Amino acid sequence: MAVNDAIVGWKTITWGCHVLEPGNSAEFRTGDWRSQRPVVDKEKCIKCGMCWIFCPDMAYSQDDEGYYEADMEYCKGCGICAHECPKDAITMVAEEG
Amino acid sequence: MARRVGVEVSIAIAEAVKLAKAEVIPAYPITPQTHIVEHLSEIVANGELDAEFIPVESEHAAMSACCGSSAAGARTFTSSSSQGLSLMSEVLYIPPAMRLPIVNVVANRAMSAPISIWNDHQDIMVQRDTGWIQTFAENGQEAVDLTLHAFRVAEDRRVSLPIIVNIDGFTLSHVIEPIELPDQEAVDAYIPPFKPRYKLDPRKPISMGPVGIPEVYTEAKVAQDNIIKNSKKVIVKAWKEFAEQFGREYNPVETYRTDDAEIMLVTMGSISETAMTAVDKMRDAGQKVGLVRIRLWRPFPGPEFRKAAGKAKVLAVIDRTLPPGALCGPVGAELRSLFYKIPGSPKIFSFVAGLGGRDVTVARFEEIVEKAKKYAKKRPKELYEVIGVREK
Ligand code: SF4
Ligand code: SF4
Repeated sequence: MAVNDAIVGWKTITWGCHVLEPGNSAEFRTGDWRSQRPVVDKEKCIKCGMCWIFCPDMAYSQDDEGYYEADMEYCKGCGICAHECPKDAITMVAEEG
Repeated sequence: MARRVGVEVSIAIAEAVKLAKAEVIPAYPITPQTHIVEHLSEIVANGELDAEFIPVESEHAAMSACCGSSAAGARTFTSSSSQGLSLMSEVLYIPPAMRLPIVNVVANRAMSAPISIWNDHQDIMVQRDTGWIQTFAENGQEAVDLTLHAFRVAEDRRVSLPIIVNIDGFTLSHVIEPIELPDQEAVDAYIPPFKPRYKLDPRKPISMGPVGIPEVYTEAKVAQDNIIKNSKKVIVKAWKEFAEQFGREYNPVETYRTDDAEIMLVTMGSISETAMTAVDKMRDAGQKVGLVRIRLWRPFPGPEFRKAAGKAKVLAVIDRTLPPGALCGPVGAELRSLFYKIPGSPKIFSFVAGLGGRDVTVARFEEIVEKAKKYAKKRPKELYEVIGVREK
C-alpha cells in the first residue's frame, strides 16, 4: 500500500479545522529548521531586550544576570535578533553537520 | 397573521432579514442589490432591528467583517452582486472551510466587460466552487422564503455552512410582487437563536483558520466536501418544516408537467416562470414538453434530478453564462456528468441564453425545444449553442 503522510483523518480532523487548545504552539519545535544559531557577545550586550521583543518564536528568555539567551528548541535561526540588536552583539554562527 | 403586501422584492428580502433577526450586517451597495442593504440600513437606523449595520469600504471588507462577526457568534447577513461579489471572492472561500454560517443574498448580474448591470448568472458561476450552499429563487415570494430557510439551515450545527441565495437582478430584485411576509412569532419558531458550536471567546480561547500543512490540507478539504454533501438532508428537512409552518413547499428540484414529457427544459432562477408559460403553450399544441427547475445548485441534488428528469428522452439545458473556451455552460456540464454512461439516460443539449439582461421569452423556449428535437435526430457539432444571437 502507498504510504500516507497525512497526520490526521478527514473524519477526525477538528470542526472547521479549528485549533481547540490554546497555547499549543509551544509543542511546535521550530529549532530543527535552523541552519545558523545566534551567539550573544556579553561584552557588547547592554541587556536592552530588543532581541527578546523581535524574536518571532519567542525563543529568548532572560537569565539571572539579565542577559538574553535563545532556546535552541525554538530558535529557527532567522537572524532577526542579530539584525535588530543595537549593539551588534549577536553573531549568526553556522550549525555544523 | 401573515401580511400579504405588494412590495418590491428587495424590500421584502430586507424585511425577511429583519424577521430573521440578523445581528450584524456588513454590506456595500452595488446595483442591483442596493435596495436590499439600503432598506436594511434604514431598518437598523430606525431601531426596528437591533443589529450592527457596518457600512464597509468594499465587498472584500464586507465579507471579512462577516467572517469576524460570525466567528464571534453573531447572526450575520450580507448581500452583493457581480463585480462586488467578485471583489469578495478571496474571502468567500473562508467561511465554508471555517464553518461560519453567513447568509448572503446575491442579486445575479453579468460581469464586465462590456459593462453590464443586467441579469445573468456569470457572477455566481465564477463563485461556484467556493463551498457555499447555493439556492436559486424563481419569484419574490421564494426569494423571501429562501432567505428565511437559509438562516435556518446555515446555523443548524449539522451544517454550519454559509449560504448564498441567488435572486435574478432586476427581474426579481426590482419588481413589485404580492408577497406574504410571515409573522414574527412564526419566524421565531422556525429560526431558533444562533448557538454556534465554537466561537471566538476570550474566556475559552481557540484559533480559527490555522495553516493547513500538506499533511492536513487534503483531509480538511475532504471533511468540508462531506459536510456540504451531508447538508442536503438538513436542507430538505428544513423545507418540509417550512411547508408545515408557512404552507409553501420547496424541493431541491421541481418539475412542471413532466409526466409523459419526452423533452424537458432545464432552468434555474426566474426564467423558470416564463418557461412554464412556454410549456403550457407547447402542451396546448400537443407537444410532450415539460420543465425541470433546479432550486438547489450546491450541493447538487444528483439523485433528485435523476428522479425528476431521468425518464425524458431529451433534456434542453439552459445556462445563463457563457464560459469562454469551455465545452459548455456549468449546468449543462453538471448534467452531462450526472448522466454519463447511464443506460437509457436522456440526450442532453446545452443552450446559453439570457446573457447581460437579454430577455428569454416564450418564443425562445419554443426555439430551444425545436432545436433540441432536431439535435436528437442529428448530433450538433458543438456541445452548446447560444440562443438569440445575431450574426451580422
Ligand atoms: S535567530 Fe530568529 S528565531 Fe533564533 S533567536 Fe534570533 S530571532 Fe529568534
Ligand atoms: S538586542 Fe543585543 S544588546 Fe539588546 S539584549 Fe539582545 S543581545 Fe543584548
